[in-house]
Amino acid sequence: MLGKTANGIFWMYRYLERAENISRLVETGQRIALTRLGSSDEEWDSVLQTAGVAAGFHAAHDSMAKDMAIDWMLRAGENPSSVLTSIKAARQNARLVRTALTHEVWEATNATYMSVCETLARKVSERDLPRTLRTIRQQTALVRGATQGTMLRNDIYDFARIGTFLERADNTARILDVKYYVLLPSVMAVGSSIDNVQWETILRSVSARGGFRMEYGDSIDPRDIAQFLILDKRMPRSLAFCIAKLRDNLGYLVANYGERLQSWSLADHIERSYLSFDIDAVLDYGLHEYIQKMLSLLSELGAQIEIDYRFYE
Amino acid sequence: MDLPSASGSNHGMSDTVKFDEMWGRDGMLRAPYERFQGWFEGEDPKSLRAKQREAEELFRLTGITFNVYGRAEAEERLIPFDIIPRIISGREWQRLSRGIDQRVRAINAFLHDIYHRQEIVRAGRIPQEMIARNVAFLPHMIGVAPPGGIYTHIVGIDLVRTNDDDFFVLEDNARTPSGVSYMLENRETMLQMFPELFSRNRVQPVQNYPRKLRQSLAACAPAGSEGRPCVAVLTPGIYNSAYFEHAFLADQMGVELVEGHDLRVVDGRVAMRTTRGYKPIDVLYRRVDDDFLDPLNFNPDSTLGVPGIMDVYRAGGITIANAPGTGIADDKAIYSYMPEIVEFYTGERPILKNVPTWRCSEPEALAYVLEHLDELVVKEVHGSGGYGMLIGPAATRKDLAAFRRKLKARPGHYIAQPTLSLSTVPIFTNKGLAPRHVDLRPFVLVSPEGISITPGGLTRVALKKGSLVVNSSQGGGTKDTWVLED
Repeated sequence: MLGKTANGIFWMYRYLERAENISRLVETGQRIALTRLGSSDEEWDSVLQTAGVAAGFHAAHDSMAKDMAIDWMLRAGENPSSVLTSIKAARQNARLVRTALTHEVWEATNATYMSVCETLARKVSERDLPRTLRTIRQQTALVRGATQGTMLRNDIYDFARIGTFLERADNTARILDVKYYVLLPSVMAVGSSIDNVQWETILRSVSARGGFRMEYGDSIDPRDIAQFLILDKRMPRSLAFCIAKLRDNLGYLVANYGERLQSWSLADHIERSYLSFDIDAVLDYGLHEYIQKMLSLLSELGAQIEIDYRFYE
Repeated sequence: MDLPSASGSNHGMSDTVKFDEMWGRDGMLRAPYERFQGWFEGEDPKSLRAKQREAEELFRLTGITFNVYGRAEAEERLIPFDIIPRIISGREWQRLSRGIDQRVRAINAFLHDIYHRQEIVRAGRIPQEMIARNVAFLPHMIGVAPPGGIYTHIVGIDLVRTNDDDFFVLEDNARTPSGVSYMLENRETMLQMFPELFSRNRVQPVQNYPRKLRQSLAACAPAGSEGRPCVAVLTPGIYNSAYFEHAFLADQMGVELVEGHDLRVVDGRVAMRTTRGYKPIDVLYRRVDDDFLDPLNFNPDSTLGVPGIMDVYRAGGITIANAPGTGIADDKAIYSYMPEIVEFYTGERPILKNVPTWRCSEPEALAYVLEHLDELVVKEVHGSGGYGMLIGPAATRKDLAAFRRKLKARPGHYIAQPTLSLSTVPIFTNKGLAPRHVDLRPFVLVSPEGISITPGGLTRVALKKGSLVVNSSQGGGTKDTWVLED
């Protein structure tokens, strides 16, 4: 397959994953705003930070208000990671790699694009927000379903998965980076209801409330949350899960091409050195330092994949 | 006869009564449409209107769009699709395809001759300056032997009809004819929407075109290539107006879709950058114009092509389809010599007619054209897409005056033709069926193994009442084209 095609597939699925993650963060922010008494618009700042789009927002706005934050995350053309920009970019990449996609995946992507463009053509009112967010998630799930149901398990599929899991790992790591202090043992001592809300925010923003409850019941211990989101190999958005998938898919490419490349070794190294211990080891290392390290390793891995598989000249 | 200086036959030109392909000249249902009409009478117009909308939805979902140039944000548009099929009988088609086959053979022989001994010029059938001073003539191709001796691997012949018997060639497309994806998708859409129509009518299939295209291209691989030839489609990129078609054809053939920056010359071969390194290509179906193909040999500013590809080509390391320099065969000034060209190379009388054409470079012809401007269609010799042409009968006095000045200033840039009484085919409107003018572009594949013509082709239809311009860039639409199994 062409290096350009691998690049296009990788980014198509990164952007789809990003659109989904951003919509989940908007939903979380809105949920807190509605259920937490005395919450202020300033809290949207933390949501924007989690999404990694705060700097752009402040460059474009002088003040902060809920509707502005939501509009920035969902629709803003100047925001390179808004849902609308991401869906457009995913579809643009899909057009570029049209020959590598099945008819059904292309149609699902095109339908997603049309439906999201229509839904986000105008500013979304508060009343329409739940329906809008549902549409976005249903549409991206449609593409994922078509992908899993119709694509050959070849190198094309591997690059799709690599894009998905690199974006997802990055998203989870960024959420932890912004909220890490909530999970620190020293904060545990405070034990107020306010912190319960913070913890819930974290779980919601990675759709992990149900899974967490199933595993840990109704006792919320920040240590367990950290364990769940970083090291749990069954939780599909945990760092350990995403890195395992990255290593697997890079491993399929290694087997397929008969050549062990640096990207695989790096993924393997991340898994062995950072994700094979228990949460105490992570806390000893320093939660913040650990997350920072993970973010930089993920970015290094992305760059290595580009080189190994000739994405560019 | 009043038109002595125009070359080409004048037969069938004097008809003034309109010919409709469904209702003939006199309102009598023509045979190919009998079964269709039986079905149509029983249909509720309301449900057909719903079907028309459904068709548009299908096109939009599939992404069958073309990009519009000159807009801030590259806009994608649908080409309007009309649900009423255009129907041609098997017998009509047989005669047409014999004519197309003959013409395409002649075009290939002409190209070979023009880039080698130029016998046709020596024989005095075409003036030397028509070749030597023609911008479409590519000196780089002199003496080059393309693999398999094929110049035009893919040809589209634009035809119009004026009555029961007469088809005229309007234009030969010997460079990179487009539109075949619409032919295929139109049929796909009709099959989805009106399966019962295909049970009633035995329609000759078109769906194997992509497979045949791949086979035909592979059969033209350079002599030295080993194993299964590696074929790729070269596109100018995602913003090109026909990008959808390029991706569609690559996908349907199961080959890579490449851009210039995916390619480079490696060890005397043109190779594409894959995830595992550079892989040589045997046959490149390029949808990039000659000018942009090779910045080292042609336009040095081009970023769409591959530096050095012409040198590889001349050394026999790759097949380029269509060959560079084929534009000389579909130039509008050469067009007027097509009857001579067909006779010269095939030794047969041309089966398809040419529209009589005045070459304004000739003083007598120019005088006639200036005199009769309001009756004629004037075209730029190197123009395409329906731009820069004058339709005399529809023009205002101001238009005519402006064109007179243009003609006098650069007569060699123009040809003129009489306005033909083009046939109509019904389209489906809010008020029922209404006749509209159409043309037809059949698609022809040429390889050393022979010539293959897909039954039917792309029917373009002028959606505006009375309009003769069918180009999609100017409000034309398309129809599914049926050739019946008689």
